[in-house]
Amino acid sequence: MKLIYEKSHPGRRAGRLLSLGLPVPGVPAELCRTEPPRLPEIAEPDLLRHFTELSTRNFGVDTGFYPLGSCTMKHNPRVNERLAALPGFRDLHPLEDEDRAQGALRLCIELQEALAEVTGLAAVSLQPAAGSQGELTGLMLMHAYFADRGEDERRRKIVIPDTAHGTNPASVTMTGYELTHVQTDARGNIDVDDLRAKVDEETAGLMLTNPSTLGLFDENIEEIERIFHGAGALMYYDGANLNAVCGISRPGDMGFDIVHINLHKTFSQPHGGGGPGGGPIAVAERLEPFLPAPAIVRDGERYRLDFDRPKTIGKVRGYYGPFGVFVRSYAFIRAYGPQLREMSEAAVLNANYLLARLRDAYDLPFDRLCMHEFVLSARGLKREHGATAFDVAKRLMDYGFHPPTVYFPLIVPEALMIEPTETEAKETLDAFADAMLAIAAEAAERPEELHEAPHRTPVGRLDEVKAAKRAIVRYHFEEHPDLAAEPAAAGVESA
Amino acid sequence: MATETYPDDLRYHPEHDWARIEGDKATFGITWFAQDALGELVHFEPPEVGAAVKKDESYAEVESVKAVSDVIAPLSGEILEVNSIVEGAPETVNADPYGDGWIVRIRISDPGEADALMDAESYRRHLAEQA
Amino acid sequence: MSYLALTDADREAMLETIGVSSIDELFADLPAGVRFSRELDLPPALTEQELTAYFEQLASENEPAAAAISFLGAGMYDHYVPAVADAVLQRGELLTAYTPYQPELSQGVLQAIFEYQTAICELTGMDVSNASGYDGTTVAADACYIAKHATGRGKVVVTEATSPQVRQVVKTYAPGFGLEVVEVPHRDGATDPDELRAAAADAACAIFQHPNFFGVLEPAPELAAAAADAEALPVAHVDPLSLGVLEAPGRYGCAIAIGEGQPAGNHVSYGGPHYGFLAARAEFIRRMPGRIVGETTDVAGNRGYVLTLQTREQHIRREKATSNITTNQTLLSLAGLVYLSWLGPQGLRDVGETCMALAEHAKERLGLPLVFSDRTTFKEFAVRVGRPADEVVRDALAHGVHPGYALGRDYPGMDDVLLVAVTEKRTPDDIDRLAEVLTG
Repeated sequence: MKLIYEKSHPGRRAGRLLSLGLPVPGVPAELCRTEPPRLPEIAEPDLLRHFTELSTRNFGVDTGFYPLGSCTMKHNPRVNERLAALPGFRDLHPLEDEDRAQGALRLCIELQEALAEVTGLAAVSLQPAAGSQGELTGLMLMHAYFADRGEDERRRKIVIPDTAHGTNPASVTMTGYELTHVQTDARGNIDVDDLRAKVDEETAGLMLTNPSTLGLFDENIEEIERIFHGAGALMYYDGANLNAVCGISRPGDMGFDIVHINLHKTFSQPHGGGGPGGGPIAVAERLEPFLPAPAIVRDGERYRLDFDRPKTIGKVRGYYGPFGVFVRSYAFIRAYGPQLREMSEAAVLNANYLLARLRDAYDLPFDRLCMHEFVLSARGLKREHGATAFDVAKRLMDYGFHPPTVYFPLIVPEALMIEPTETEAKETLDAFADAMLAIAAEAAERPEELHEAPHRTPVGRLDEVKAAKRAIVRYHFEEHPDLAAEPAAAGVESA
Repeated sequence: MATETYPDDLRYHPEHDWARIEGDKATFGITWFAQDALGELVHFEPPEVGAAVKKDESYAEVESVKAVSDVIAPLSGEILEVNSIVEGAPETVNADPYGDGWIVRIRISDPGEADALMDAESYRRHLAEQA
Repeated sequence: MSYLALTDADREAMLETIGVSSIDELFADLPAGVRFSRELDLPPALTEQELTAYFEQLASENEPAAAAISFLGAGMYDHYVPAVADAVLQRGELLTAYTPYQPELSQGVLQAIFEYQTAICELTGMDVSNASGYDGTTVAADACYIAKHATGRGKVVVTEATSPQVRQVVKTYAPGFGLEVVEVPHRDGATDPDELRAAAADAACAIFQHPNFFGVLEPAPELAAAAADAEALPVAHVDPLSLGVLEAPGRYGCAIAIGEGQPAGNHVSYGGPHYGFLAARAEFIRRMPGRIVGETTDVAGNRGYVLTLQTREQHIRREKATSNITTNQTLLSLAGLVYLSWLGPQGLRDVGETCMALAEHAKERLGLPLVFSDRTTFKEFAVRVGRPADEVVRDALAHGVHPGYALGRDYPGMDDVLLVAVTEKRTPDDIDRLAEVLTG
């Protein structure tokens, strides 16, 4: 398929502006544009066809089953798109006087209160733009809290399990903390003995997802809480797996002091090919003073922005957060109300059903009931037939499914992390299980089907080595290389 | 890619690095197992000539498409030479991990450290235990 | 109400396959002490119809741009968003797709990102762009992180004429990065290159906004040169809609170009979601945060696109990653790509010139004293209104005009200053109305 730049023809354009006949003021010569940017010159019909064609070469939740572990690819209700596009939300400027934004501020307050109830914590900031930014904000809160108590110099360590998502250690480094890893035991819980040895007065906190990335609820969570709070440290909950426990168990009740929620996971903000998301944080009362500014607060019958926050860590992104994401997430929450519990129960039921159907054909590293997701291993297939998790993933595409997460968590070799979510019907789960079983059989009988998969997608397996070595990261117009013709070479093409 | 071998004339570090000791100098590289686990190397972040290396510590990084790996020094010393072929074509390490795919040459600072390294037989056993 | 397909019959059959007799049994591993035993205290579930009524009510309690003729800017702008941008974003295969880690199923998103990266490089004159950052503030923090690791220095410089929100966010991130932040004051609405050079000694980077927060055109090539003299990376924070008229930062010596993408294709939406863009010279590619899409071929030799240089990112490099960013702003950057393609190079120039022409016309029609009368401005300018600007704003709103932003809340000595933004959506009639309301 051509790039939009390859469909460009001089003189064509889609948009036109009003012609006003007003003089254009001069710009000092040294500031003037010398070469126009080579944006596409294309008329609207071809523009729309181009993006329509691109969409036909993509797979979304709207297309089919998308069981990516820890991503919670649930249905994105269409009414939410309509609501986010209401002019009263869509065209509201963030610097409008509070009086002119009461509806928006009220929506934020109500969302904050709903998230506080679901997490079992006292105060919420909606500012962070995504889960990773929520993590960053949470760690900054830890610094501020301990600095306020004169303990920040001493407390430099953050403990994370070896099953942690890569964002956790990356966030730790970005906030100037040091990492301590703790192991996972044979039941898939944090190894509490290992933990006790590693938590002391130099520990600032824990970062944990519960259920973990293995899809397992940590049975020792109460002991973990005693260890951390006993050492005067804080507990941070990575909300990536919140979909398993809404209305069933609350992170605040598990002992966590800071929680980030992924609005694009649990609360159905569409993933949009990589974003946007929302990563609001909920905190225990003692951390409330340090939350990003401004806070959104009730003031009798009115709602306002409170900039008078002397202990705030500051600002982590512009304005008040991704408001359009709040509209969709809050609408999702209001569609369920207290029945969010049934949502989580359905997520856990769906996952256990798939686990039951697949556990004999694949290796199961931890023999327990799972929560909303589970991890299988293809190591048996690899050992006996040379078929890897990668091969299984590619072959699933031929069956019309998006593959699960592969090669994560790191402690499971040839990992397949499967999260169906609650919005899938039983026959979809059965079709997926049938495909997985068929693929396991193919691995034994016709392994080349797997090694050469996928066969039915717009492109076959792509040469990622060539991509990394050649690093062609934009269109080079007349100088654009023909990769099919050229051999790979090192370096990046410069302007 | 090369076939799996662990030459007898080399000494091995448990983090899958080898050393060829010649008098007061040594050549370092990564073993067949390491390059196989990483996949085809696409990038090599080299150290500087003259830099000190310390036994058991990282002195460089190699990258494949899906992984980054520290390269661990089997012995301590000073870097005399960095393999420019590997800099320009990191996949040389995959093709010939013990020959053209050598990574650095050093002057050894503490010859006694070589005693802690494994011979080929011990390294093969080490690999078998890991599997 | 709910989006579940499960029926009671389904539940029974599934529980049987699993080998348990109730859903409660699936939660047996949860210690009793952490079980939530009451119902969530949330308002009862709403049908779609009820939901719509409720949210329409909330929306009606706001006064969006259309409720008044608006000259409010200060970082978010009422530019025209073409219908085709909204239409593309509603394609379900794009809207509901995840990050394209499985490239064979995601060529649509991957190619779109590649086209977006190309557009940003064209606008900024840089070699590599990432697939987006969160917004125009966090990309400034990203630039500081790149510069810190590229230079090994522990200080960053930002001009006072850079958006207050950008500066606040940089200062929030800086302690964790181990960076000191130094500000260079504005002199009559712009920055003095000599002062910047002096401040940038031992700095990893120097960030300047151009056009700046006052709408003033900075002496950008001199600022870049001044930073380079001090061996600090020059970083320009630019308005994408100015880049049809103003020179690309890559052409006047900048190392990194960043900015807020909202003016190009996104509705204001009370401040988000939007996209931040970040582009750099080739030598910084391995330090870039966020996703980058590269071109390659498949086994049959067909051209295709993949996420590349992923070893920079958190899921591989973990604690040594160039950033922790995972979810970004792809859908919004896609709207930016559609918008820029809708405009084309001539359209981008037209938008810039139209904004400048209308702003100039507004300056003349208003006849109010310009705060920075010797400076050239782009689409915004600062005027003195003779009394507290926030009162002026309130009075004007009563007449159906939002006259602009009261600068006093961000800059000392400017309580009587209004920052007036004029986009291509304003007409000469609108400007007459503004003049009436402010001076009539």
